[in-house]
Amino acid sequence: MSSEAAIEVEGIVKRYGDVRALDGVDLAASPGKVLGLLGPNGAGKTTLVRVLATLIEPDEGTARVTGLDVVADAGRVRERIGLAGQYAAVDENLTGLENLTMVGRLYGSERAPAKRRARELLERFELSDAADRPAKTYSGGMRRRLDLAAALVAEPPVLFLDEPTTGLDPRSRLGLWGVIEGLVAGGTTALLTTQYLDEADRLADDIAVIDHGRLIAKGTPTELKDRLGGERLEVRLESAADAARAADVLAPMADESPQHAGHDVTVAVRDTHGVIVEAVRKLSDAGIDVEDLALRRPTLDDVFLALTGHAASEEEDEDGERETAERAA
Amino acid sequence: MRRLVTDTLIIAERNVVRLTRTPELLIGYTIQPIMFVLLFRYVFGGAISTPGYSYVDFLIPGIIVQNTAFGGFATALGLNEDVRKGLIDRFRSLPMARGAVLGGRTLSDVALNALSITILLITGVIIGFTFHSSFGDAAAGVALLLLFGYSFSWVLAFIGLVAKSSETVNSVGFIIVFPLTFISSAFVPVASMPEGLQQFAEVNPFTIIVDAMRHLWLGAPSNNDVLWAVVWSLALIAIFSALSVRRYRRAAGG
Repeated sequence: MSSEAAIEVEGIVKRYGDVRALDGVDLAASPGKVLGLLGPNGAGKTTLVRVLATLIEPDEGTARVTGLDVVADAGRVRERIGLAGQYAAVDENLTGLENLTMVGRLYGSERAPAKRRARELLERFELSDAADRPAKTYSGGMRRRLDLAAALVAEPPVLFLDEPTTGLDPRSRLGLWGVIEGLVAGGTTALLTTQYLDEADRLADDIAVIDHGRLIAKGTPTELKDRLGGERLEVRLESAADAARAADVLAPMADESPQHAGHDVTVAVRDTHGVIVEAVRKLSDAGIDVEDLALRRPTLDDVFLALTGHAASEEEDEDGERETAERAA
Repeated sequence: MRRLVTDTLIIAERNVVRLTRTPELLIGYTIQPIMFVLLFRYVFGGAISTPGYSYVDFLIPGIIVQNTAFGGFATALGLNEDVRKGLIDRFRSLPMARGAVLGGRTLSDVALNALSITILLITGVIIGFTFHSSFGDAAAGVALLLLFGYSFSWVLAFIGLVAKSSETVNSVGFIIVFPLTFISSAFVPVASMPEGLQQFAEVNPFTIIVDAMRHLWLGAPSNNDVLWAVVWSLALIAIFSALSVRRYRRAAGG
């Protein structure tokens, strides 16, 4: 772990009663990079962000942001971070301009410069037209942009983005992705938590996968996908009843045992040469009717399934994690 | 220290701006108390005997004290909403003074209480209330009300931080404020209550505050009530600011 890392986490443990929300996590993010923290709900992502943002203290381990300890130097850490998240924590009764001006003043600016900075950010996030409307009249996407703008008021070198696009419609998501890409291009380091694999794939330079409070994999998106070997042969059958038999028939071609669910059978194949023809022949010989058959690159979903044994989004919602954690506190 | 003052004022300013945007809350603190004053004065007033005073003179100090206690609901509901909506997390992640969120909250209640005291006094005067004391004593009474209101805001700040929802804030708040204010000298003479309630009313801090107000506004016997009212207020501030700050820190993991 380099001492130059913008974010360094060593052996962090956070307990809530008997539950270990974080169970010895080590991480590092290099300056100017996006570290994607990927995991299902309840994995401990939000807890880790709360430790790094000085909102809660870890029970064990150390964490440093721009070299400053988040417990011993909490005050100075707060001057160097911006926090934006799924809760879009803005004051709904204040206008966009008032929200950002207030945050600027709480960072220590005088009123006039804080207001100038607020207008600049509203312009950049395409909120100028709504600057003088109370935030409660904003759409979900506008609120997230305002929340993100609030995190950027003091131009912090390190940003924590806790599920920034959870619950947004696809168009707003794409818009927010563009904004985040722009920020990182400007040299900001970001820790991005997400349960969306496509989001991590698109935005993150490095990915850490956590589950049940433990780090279970890390690497670049490509490295993680390569770990799963080659491509996936996906077969859709006419009848779900044939799925188990089809998996057996295709097993000799596979790197690992084929998986099947419903009408679908997925086979990991390293050598793709002639795979489709061979698969069609085998299935046809076995008298299994095929509806569709295709080869594709593994996605992070496949990575997740392989690493954790469950899909990324099958657990209960994130509110569950936070509320459980806080009730326990 | 300078930071604490600046940040507290920024948060207080935010709360006052918010208040002007939430007419339902403003109605709660203006129209509703006027309604209660009129109901008590004209519905119950004729049936309640208050030896030595006209009922309207007796009522106004009492109902203003009750209303000032309700002022703290703005703090309780506001803090509760900030906790639930994640705004407290935003504030905690900023390099601002740690006491400013709670300090600014309770401070903005003072402004709110000043507004509702003014409205109730005007209403009172219109329906026949008169001060039977010097201007200095009357002004001291207003100051005591603001101090007591401030102390009660800290009680409700604690409730707001602990409660899981605004409904909890409302029901816990009402369960505390209603019996305390009704089983006191606020609306009826304590001597008219049955045994048991009388003893409770005599030690109830609300009775002490209301009696102190009657001393300052109506020239009622003092019995050191003003002194004890100040002591009670300062004690409530000391206890509940400590509890609230601890709760705020604990929620922050500190």
